[in-house]
Amino acid sequence: MSSALISPPVILDRLTKRYGDTTALDRISVSIASGTFVAVIGRSGAGKTTLLRALSRAITPSDGRIRFGGQDLSTLGGAALRAHCGRVGMIYQQFNLVRRLRVLDNVLVGRLGRLRGWRRWAALARRFDAGDRSVAFRCLDHVGLLDRVWQRTDTLSGGEQQRVAIAKILAQEPTLILGDEPVASLDLVNGAVVMATLRDVATRAGLTVIATLHHVDYARRYADRILGLRDGRLVFDGAPEALTDPALVEIFGELPESSLPAPLFAPSAPAWLPAVAS
Amino acid sequence: MAPSGRVVTSPLIALGDRAALRVPPFRSHVGRHVAVTVLLAVVFAAAARVIELRPLELVRDAGNIGQFLGGYLHPSLAHVGEYAWQCVVTVCIALWGTLLAALISIPLGLLGARNLAPHPVVYLAARRVMDLLRAVNEFVFALMFVTAVGLGPFAGMLALGLHTGGVLGKLLSETVESIDPGQVEGVAAAGATRLQVIGFGVVPQVLPNFISYLLLRFESDIRSASVIGMVGGGGIGFYLWDTIRSFNDREAATVILLIVAMVMCVDVVSSRIRRLTI
Repeated sequence: MSSALISPPVILDRLTKRYGDTTALDRISVSIASGTFVAVIGRSGAGKTTLLRALSRAITPSDGRIRFGGQDLSTLGGAALRAHCGRVGMIYQQFNLVRRLRVLDNVLVGRLGRLRGWRRWAALARRFDAGDRSVAFRCLDHVGLLDRVWQRTDTLSGGEQQRVAIAKILAQEPTLILGDEPVASLDLVNGAVVMATLRDVATRAGLTVIATLHHVDYARRYADRILGLRDGRLVFDGAPEALTDPALVEIFGELPESSLPAPLFAPSAPAWLPAVAS
Repeated sequence: MAPSGRVVTSPLIALGDRAALRVPPFRSHVGRHVAVTVLLAVVFAAAARVIELRPLELVRDAGNIGQFLGGYLHPSLAHVGEYAWQCVVTVCIALWGTLLAALISIPLGLLGARNLAPHPVVYLAARRVMDLLRAVNEFVFALMFVTAVGLGPFAGMLALGLHTGGVLGKLLSETVESIDPGQVEGVAAAGATRLQVIGFGVVPQVLPNFISYLLLRFESDIRSASVIGMVGGGGIGFYLWDTIRSFNDREAATVILLIVAMVMCVDVVSSRIRRLTI
């Protein structure tokens, strides 16, 4: 990756999002330096996804500001908003690739926002020029899936599909990468491969990666900085080493001792089972 | 013990002090079932009076029916060439009618899908147009086009195209509304234009279903085209009407057998193709 991709800093200033009477995000103020891998943790409904959707501008903040690259994202609209979407690489828990398209076409989707003039129309017939195709090939090679380029996307495993999704956002040449539970539906090894790939992108390309994570272990191992949300408020902001047990209780609350009502089956063997020789 | 509960014991289960298992009381639905049955019986009995349902007459007049069917046992071959050509005309009416329907249904179906319509007014307008096209039977359209463009296959093809266009548009809009929004979001998030989002995110998802519906409607259009000649829409239908009206049983038998053979052939070919698309 070229050094041209370095992210500008992300500065949230009392970012607030309300849905009716509920406050999904409550005056979040953070500033994130470029090339930082940020993990956002918290319980379901704590506002993690709302925070990401505000950054990608899938939703409009109710109050506060998001400063990114000399712009205030909270007031963008029209063509400027679409240009911002093209510069943000978004990866999802369910990959959100078009399952019936070839792997190459899914990576080329990342080029759509950069096409100008007649190339926009040619793309509707899935025609891309050599330059865009070579970018797509290089991005696939970067995630180690060049040999799958002509396959239909739904023939790939979950881990491979998520790497195709990363190739797609690299083809976007983004200035910011957002991940909505990027590893939650992957097994331990595939999850680690995806996290390591994101870690690599943050370090080598200087791209800021902001990902929500369910697994605190992934956050501790791969992130530079952890944000803990609880009921829409920022209750933790620090390095992985600072995420101690009391901090976890602050974010997630006390864990119940045992959620099961009582032992369902008799702890002693029922009479009809043959005795075990001891 | 709970008022309506019952203590469940078993040698396998040791529930300790939580032994009072509260089973909610069972609510009987017998009354509701009886009411629905009585209501349906009343509705069907009233409808039978209206349509003068007299099943005994089928038995009493069995002799007449037998005599009538007797004529059909000796189909005439005198005009079989002319009838065969009219079957070809019928297939051609259905082919062009279905093509016209597809061209009408694509814009209507896309604009009439809640998740794609650019504005609620456009959505409602597209829905109403499709409702109108479906509400008017192809025979009614044929009567209208016969006065507009004259007797013949062209009027029949226009009638089929308009009615089927409404049906296919409705089916397409339902298909579009049930697609996976994640795959669409994945394309839109890359900064694609609205047309590109449809081309990459929507079309690959709905295409197999749409082709399947198109072939199903073609089969149905063959059946409609085989009778639309009765009102002047061209094809074999005119000869069917003419031979039955003139009590020319042996000629009518030939026409009916040809129609049955044509419909069966088209159904076999079309369902073969349909299986290929899935």
